[in-house]
Amino acid sequence: MIVADSKPLQEILAMVREYKKILIVGCKGCVTVCNVGGAKEVEVLRASLMIDGKKEGSPPDIDTMVIERQCDNEYVETLRDNIDAYDAVLSMACGVGPQFLSEAYPEQKFFPAVNTSFYGGAVAHGIWEERCAGCGTCIIHYFDGLCPVARCAKSLLHGPCGGSADGICEVSKETVCIWDTIVKKKIAQGRIEDLFVLQEPRDWRTARDGGPRRSIRETLAE
Amino acid sequence: MPCTGRVDIIHLLNAFEDGADGVYVAGCLEGECHFSTGNIKARKKVAYVKKVLEAIGIEPQRVAMYNLSSAQGQRFAEIAKEMVDTITAIGPTPVKDSKAA
Ligand code: SF4
Repeated sequence: MIVADSKPLQEILAMVREYKKILIVGCKGCVTVCNVGGAKEVEVLRASLMIDGKKEGSPPDIDTMVIERQCDNEYVETLRDNIDAYDAVLSMACGVGPQFLSEAYPEQKFFPAVNTSFYGGAVAHGIWEERCAGCGTCIIHYFDGLCPVARCAKSLLHGPCGGSADGICEVSKETVCIWDTIVKKKIAQGRIEDLFVLQEPRDWRTARDGGPRRSIRETLAE
Repeated sequence: MPCTGRVDIIHLLNAFEDGADGVYVAGCLEGECHFSTGNIKARKKVAYVKKVLEAIGIEPQRVAMYNLSSAQGQRFAEIAKEMVDTITAIGPTPVKDSKAA
């Protein structure tokens, strides 16, 4: 899933304080699962903006809604009837959401309420970690399903580097050295020779380096 | 509420939105929650609301968490007075145009 974090409230206030009629749109997808842009968070943001507005003596008029997915035009379309009634729209979806909204409604102003961070999952209640870099050419079969592209700070394909100490990466005490984990797992399975295979330089054009990407299902696309 | 674990951020914010000068949550003593960690969860939510108020420029002391047992009636009265004294010292909420002014 895509993991995001709330933008600081002051940043959001600076974006929308001047608007009097605001729509806050949440998303029932990833941002609901990582508790940053679902029904609950939409209401918390609405209340926060209202408290601020009332304090400033000019409370905005705020409506809220939560749609199935903001990354799907079928659901984005459900805003069409009322979208013109607002001065501005705050999207609580990942970075994809405000863009789909902005493309569908060129006359409206859209603002993001979250910072989109990474592709990952929950490692404990309330804690998410990065697991995938979306590089477009998955090679984790060489590393027992663990990804050094996403999880090694240097994206090394032969590791660990000299910054690995007691299984922790030099960039942060919170970060596991994934190369330490990969090597230990290979040793435990008696397959360390797998890591002696030379990994050729990667073709990063399938990653972001090749520009914005596109995915087509021939069986579905018209 | 059956347990302070049921207190959500939105409940606290709604009170401020409606013009409350202060809000406090009275939970069981830490370590004595019947549902194990309800009061710890409430404490985190109170801390979150303090940050929201601060970001808006409202005194974070307007929201507080207290822990006491249901047998401590006198302590409950003391806490109520303490909270009233805190809020009286800060003054009325700057949140105007409110229903519960
Ligand atoms: S310590 Fe490990 S995870 Fe960190 S950069 Fe070096 S090899 Fe990569």
